[in-house]
Amino acid sequence: MDELLLIEAVERYLKGEMTPKEKTFFEEIRKNNPSIDQLVVEHTFLYNELDKQANIKAFKHSLYEVENKLTEEGIISKKQLTGKAKVVFLWKKYRRSIAVAASIAGLVSIVTTASISTYNNKVGKGNIENLIYQYKKETDKKFAELKDSLNQKFPKRPPNNPNFRATGFLIDGKGFVVTNAHVVNRMKTIYVENNKGEYFTAQTIYADPNSDLAILKINDTAYKTVYNLPYSINKSNSNLGEQIFTLGYPRNEIVYGEGYLSAKSGNEGDSTAYQISVSVNPGNSGGPVLNKKGEVIGIITSKNTTADGVVFAAKSKNIYKLLDALKKAGDTATIKLPANTGLKGLDREQQVKKMEEFVFMVVGN
Amino acid sequence: MEGLASNDGTVIEAIYRDNYPMIQGFILNNNGNSDEARDIFQEAMIVIYEKAVSGNFELNCLLKTYLYSVCRRLWLKRLQQLQRYGSLIENVEETVAVEEDLELHEKLNADFIIMETAMNKIGEPCKSLLDAYYIQKKNMQEIAADFGYTNADNAKTQKYKCLVRLKKLFFAQYKNGH
Repeated sequence: MDELLLIEAVERYLKGEMTPKEKTFFEEIRKNNPSIDQLVVEHTFLYNELDKQANIKAFKHSLYEVENKLTEEGIISKKQLTGKAKVVFLWKKYRRSIAVAASIAGLVSIVTTASISTYNNKVGKGNIENLIYQYKKETDKKFAELKDSLNQKFPKRPPNNPNFRATGFLIDGKGFVVTNAHVVNRMKTIYVENNKGEYFTAQTIYADPNSDLAILKINDTAYKTVYNLPYSINKSNSNLGEQIFTLGYPRNEIVYGEGYLSAKSGNEGDSTAYQISVSVNPGNSGGPVLNKKGEVIGIITSKNTTADGVVFAAKSKNIYKLLDALKKAGDTATIKLPANTGLKGLDREQQVKKMEEFVFMVVGN
Repeated sequence: MEGLASNDGTVIEAIYRDNYPMIQGFILNNNGNSDEARDIFQEAMIVIYEKAVSGNFELNCLLKTYLYSVCRRLWLKRLQQLQRYGSLIENVEETVAVEEDLELHEKLNADFIIMETAMNKIGEPCKSLLDAYYIQKKNMQEIAADFGYTNADNAKTQKYKCLVRLKKLFFAQYKNGH
């Protein structure tokens, strides 16, 4: 209770509410009693801090009022609309088509104008129809030539209904992607598309039917090298019962699945593969299988259609074998596999968030 | 500057009108959005407010230059935290050194946060009671009525008890923080 009285006294003292007599008395006590003086100092500090707090809050309040006023007047830009993301997405997805369309439209109009002005000079009234026919033929020809040359320069966007769809993932940020051999063998043109809707052309640089793995190289100038892939590629064998998860494109959107490692060998005792239990669909082929530390331990290859939840995945050490074979075949491309996982200890949502953009949809026809 | 220290709305508005468009343009040109521009400008306003309150606000340059320099530093720092790198695109070349002022601002801001955490920790009804008296500056009669105390003296006793708790929490944090 003494302290309460003292606090009240300090407060009145600071606010200048004391009579001169009280003030002298109070200062006298302070001088003669160091512990009370200490308390006064502490309380003064606390009051000042509280006062500062009050002032800053009041000031911030004024700032908000001014901001609101000026936002209404349009001097301060309003919050951005969330719709923008969609537009950016569509723009990214279709910018090439738009570029191609715009160039064609532009060139056609130039050709048309040029032709009309040329023909205009020669036109006699009697053979207009003939000229129109010639003109049409000529522009059609030019248009076709133009389209061909543009198609060489700008690849078409991947077909909406591709003949084949699978999954692949980056093993080297320079643009090397692993997927299934059986997938790419059937494709004439290959595209990879990430979860943001950006797509790139790719070509097969090596395919091994035994392990059913293939390495693609993104050969698109629009592709930008990725540094520090978040996951690593495991070289050793994994254990029975290990929890695993996978990402893939059984539909147009990336899909997550989880399960466990159910056998150390694949179909009919195939020692280059694992049997895993996870739900997959066509399109999951080529998808990475990761353990909880975020190491890629396998690549989904096939599933047993007669038994439920029996899926086979090529062991990840096959990737290392593939690289050796590639070197022996005299390929000079240096592929460096990511050695460390940056996903260890993260919860699953974070792990997926960090890696999903490096898992691609592989499509082609 | 006096108007600023006394929290004068018309002064604040004038400063916003004269300077906000430039700062907004700068932030938008440098990987920022309009919300971030608002945040940065607000923080810069608090920096000059603190300077004005401290009483030694000698400005050797235009207020515009000073504000630009403060916002520029604050934005660079924010970009680093967000890991959005890239070189700044600038329209106004002239800047002044503001590092010392920003250091002071950071210290004051840290104190502000310590007090706010202490306030949040003392629990109800203490928090509301102290907030009403010390922050909103209501008088004891009003507070007694609002909080349902039979008279102002009861409210006062309660308030002092709360203050003792706040003091403990505040100094415990404050010593840790410094």
